[in-house]
Amino acid sequence: MEILTYPDQRLKQISESVESIDKEILNFINELEQARMAGPGAVGIAAPQVNNFKRVVIVDVSNMRKPVENHGHMIMINPEITAWEGMDMGREGCLSVPDFTGNVIRAEKIKLNYMDETGQHHEIEPSGFEARAIQHELDHLDGLLFLDRLVSRRSDLFKRKNYKK
Amino acid sequence: MKCSVLTLVGADQAGIVAAVTDALYKQGCNLAQASMMRLGANFAIMLRVSHDENHDLRKVLSNICNDMNLHLHIDEDADTDGLRPDPDVQVTVYGADRHGIVAQVTSALAMAGLNIIDLETDIGGTKNDPIYIMTLEGLATKGIESLQVALDGLSSDIEVNLDEINTLRG
Repeated sequence: MEILTYPDQRLKQISESVESIDKEILNFINELEQARMAGPGAVGIAAPQVNNFKRVVIVDVSNMRKPVENHGHMIMINPEITAWEGMDMGREGCLSVPDFTGNVIRAEKIKLNYMDETGQHHEIEPSGFEARAIQHELDHLDGLLFLDRLVSRRSDLFKRKNYKK
Repeated sequence: MKCSVLTLVGADQAGIVAAVTDALYKQGCNLAQASMMRLGANFAIMLRVSHDENHDLRKVLSNICNDMNLHLHIDEDADTDGLRPDPDVQVTVYGADRHGIVAQVTSALAMAGLNIIDLETDIGGTKNDPIYIMTLEGLATKGIESLQVALDGLSSDIEVNLDEINTLRG
């Protein structure tokens, strides 16, 4: 599947909710996963990146070289973030923005509802790198790229320490 | 097309960036990565430009360099688009300013396999008690552990922090 790359304006579209989980959407999810696996080291992908404007994303940070907290491989249909907590800066890149990475501030911890491909509803509270990946992918559903949230590499280079109490 | 790296330095004044980039633009040159900053009373520009083989960039910028008293240096560059490595480590250093901080830290890191991609330093604090601050990013060609070992052996009067850059791709 072709990955849309910026400045393709289709990436700026807002995606529509999935009304029902039918054969067509399940086939599409398979194709979306194949597109993610074909991307170099991609931990997530969103439907609009392959020119489909349904609210579907896939996130999987369970195979990182340096392991991070995770909820495994997640197919998220109509995902919605309901709470945000804390802030952290991290480096992001995107299949739709080749050959560029930048610093982005994201919530450190989120609360999220979504439906999986079997129609089961989930509520999870991801944090850290997984929360970052989910926020990055959900932005695609609202027509936002990490480029819309860039902060200067020259600012805030010193990471906030986590002080022990 | 050909790629060149331009370095321009001169006493800081309003309009340097506009004048230089406008002249390049009007000759059809295409700007790529750039780093520009005020260094003391000077303004320094480092700029990668792709341009037609026939362009003489020195000629393109000669009037501006004369009018604004800028020193120009030009290096040819290979066309490396798409081959930019992503840094995988970030090192931050700070401490009371003294001679040799950059030399000691970067020598230790070089021996341990760090290829520096980006580095900047600054001086803060007061005139009587200046502090030196350095941040750098690079590629740990021999792994992050060897860098940590190298940094652990540095003088204890500076604070050194090594972090892995875990770039998200989505």
